[in-house]
Amino acid sequence: MTERAAAVPLADRGYLTERGFRAWATTLDHKRIGVMYLFTTLFFFLVGGLFAIVIRLKLMTPGPGFISDHTYNVFFTIHGALMIFIFVIPAIPSSLGNFFIPLLIGARDVAFPRLNLFSYWLFVAGICVVFGSLLNPMDTGWTFYAPYSTRTAAAVTVLAFGLFMTGMSTILTGLNFVVTIHKLRAPGMTWYRMPLFIWAMYATSIINVLATPVIGITFLLLAAERLFGIGFFDPAKGGDPLLFQHFFWFYSHPVVYVMILPAMGIISEVIPVFARKPIFGYKAIAYSALAIAFISFLVWGHHMFVSGMSTVAGVIFSFLTFFVAVPTGIKIFNWIATLYKGSIHLDSPMLYALTFIFHFIIGGLTGMFLGALGTDVHVHDTYFLVGHFHYTIMGGTIMGLFAGLHYWFPKMTGRLLDELRAKLAWLFIIVGFNVTFFPMFILGYLGMPRRYAEYPPRFQTLHIVSTVGSWVLTIGIAIMFLNFLRCMRKGQPAPANPWRALTLEWQTASPPATDNFETIPTVTTWPYGYGKKGDAGE
Amino acid sequence: MSSRPPEPSLAPAGAPEKARLGIWTFLATEVLLFGGLFTAYTVFRIAHPAQFHSDYLQLNRLFGALNTVVLICSSLSVAIGIAAIRQGKERALQRCLIITLLLAAAFLGIKYLEWSDHFAHGIYPRTSIFFALYYTMTGLHALHVMAGMGALTTMLVLARRGKFSAEYSTPVEITGIYWHFVDLVWIYLFPLLYLIG
Ligand code: HEM
Ligand SMILES: [Cu+2]
Repeated sequence: MTERAAAVPLADRGYLTERGFRAWATTLDHKRIGVMYLFTTLFFFLVGGLFAIVIRLKLMTPGPGFISDHTYNVFFTIHGALMIFIFVIPAIPSSLGNFFIPLLIGARDVAFPRLNLFSYWLFVAGICVVFGSLLNPMDTGWTFYAPYSTRTAAAVTVLAFGLFMTGMSTILTGLNFVVTIHKLRAPGMTWYRMPLFIWAMYATSIINVLATPVIGITFLLLAAERLFGIGFFDPAKGGDPLLFQHFFWFYSHPVVYVMILPAMGIISEVIPVFARKPIFGYKAIAYSALAIAFISFLVWGHHMFVSGMSTVAGVIFSFLTFFVAVPTGIKIFNWIATLYKGSIHLDSPMLYALTFIFHFIIGGLTGMFLGALGTDVHVHDTYFLVGHFHYTIMGGTIMGLFAGLHYWFPKMTGRLLDELRAKLAWLFIIVGFNVTFFPMFILGYLGMPRRYAEYPPRFQTLHIVSTVGSWVLTIGIAIMFLNFLRCMRKGQPAPANPWRALTLEWQTASPPATDNFETIPTVTTWPYGYGKKGDAGE
Repeated sequence: MSSRPPEPSLAPAGAPEKARLGIWTFLATEVLLFGGLFTAYTVFRIAHPAQFHSDYLQLNRLFGALNTVVLICSSLSVAIGIAAIRQGKERALQRCLIITLLLAAAFLGIKYLEWSDHFAHGIYPRTSIFFALYYTMTGLHALHVMAGMGALTTMLVLARRGKFSAEYSTPVEITGIYWHFVDLVWIYLFPLLYLIG
């Protein structure tokens, strides 16, 4: 790899011109707020990942290890809670969404810039409270199941308040996006001319606004229970632990779509650009996002098949779960149809987008095993499940996030990434990921339960394979992040539209000026007219 | 860069509509927040009908009814205030805001008397599921009343500074919508807790 000479300074640093802590901390610019979210959430991705590495190290040996069983419980709780609440849920919406929604719809900012800044600081304050709970760390798993969570000595109440605050921040961001998308679209941008990322973010925001308050009230009830000795969820006091699970999953199932829909939105942007073809089935993809958002509110019971719910309810939930797979399948079908006979350019964003599809098919199909009442009884709470959700979240959402980061890096920083290093990182990541997580399906099928620090020795070989995979994965992620950090300062200056894409964010400078556009564009067509005459790529 | 002519898409005429959509979206969130409590109420009521009945008899319907009247009056006075400012009557708006605030304070005062009465009789949140729900639901509602009072006070300060006129009254209208919502929640709480045995 040839080292480039000293960094070329950018002609115009656009929205990045102003420097200093104050200029960032008090900014009302959606792009800066998006960047702050991005750094915050990615930082916690790395922290959460560190815990995962330790968990995997412990699992190399079946017997007692270098951390106690209690520490193990604490570690997987922190790992899960950080990854879910502080990383994935806000990662794409609050960072890339904040940055790109106004740019993609041709607006100068979000609808309520002050509220936007407030949500960011509320998010940070929430994280601080969450970290306050580490004085007496949680050991309940990220699901806080009652009645254990009502009785354990750990700082559940503090954690609940912290997550209440981050949840509130998510709600306000969602509200901001809903209003922005409704009211601030550029002249001529009808609903059917909106980029699909916007449809995805719209569906996501709706879920955030309608589902998050339910976990909010659940946390309040849990806190009240612990503070005042009430018995909402503790059966010993006349409470109902199943009610907790209903509440929890009424939120947490829709929220798995908060995690995946934004990534699907990114994929819908990346695929047509790098296949140089109009997206296939635009309306189907757009409406399937809304359909997913709607159906996702009806399937929460599939997490409770073995919790003592009635069989009839189980059958209904199982049926509805298969239903939610339909719009998901529609999307995958449409992406593949877009690829068909396209002129495919395998740049790094495209590699991640294709990886998303590959992993998500595996993650989605194994989800069908778990959604089917009969098989779930066998694989419930085993590593099969751990494999399933890592394939969807890590293999899906995170790959979508990486696709977005590589795709939009030139726009956000005004510099190009080093493609060779990006591809090298990708190679490590895809190999490492699959070596880490594929064995988990087999482990789970053979009966290895989740959340156990110790296990029968016959499972050891597969556990070792998985742990070695996690090292490869770590190397890949390290290369990727170092590449980001290096190219942020030293990358080649990027042109306004390096990928020759048609969406509005590429029609303005890289990096964009503080108010985004010289003049607000007037939109006359949808943004996916690739492969027509005059497209330089053909 | 700042001497650009204003563009149609960002013209301030859109602002009230934007704000309105914002507050209604926020209220959707609030509905789901209280919805969780109403769900819990339903579940426990079905599970323990006898206990709900005997506990309900211990509530003082007079307090509850009085508070209902107080809140409805306060909603009325906010509405009158908004109608007034739309016609440019600033003094009338200020007077209405003060009346609303006083009524809100009266609501909390009555609530305070009611709760201390319960405490005097040894009725606490942990006494039974019914009372746990009673305290949580009315407590969360009282927090919303306080938040509403904060917003109303801000509006009063702004009104005194002459910020509002027939042309511009968006924040007052938004606060009004929120206050009606707080009122509406109570209108559901009152029968659920005080009226149906
Ligand atoms: C960096 C690579 C990762 C590795 C090696 C890893 C490894 C693991 C392992 C081994 C467990 C099972 C612990 C047990 O059940 O005993 C686990 C649990 C979990 N992981 Fe990961 N993980 C990774 C990334 C992620 C990401 C990116 C997310 C989400 C965004 C995530 C979310 C979770 C959740 C929610 C749990 C369940 C925790 C619980 O049971 O309460 N993980 N992880
Ligand atoms: Cu689910």
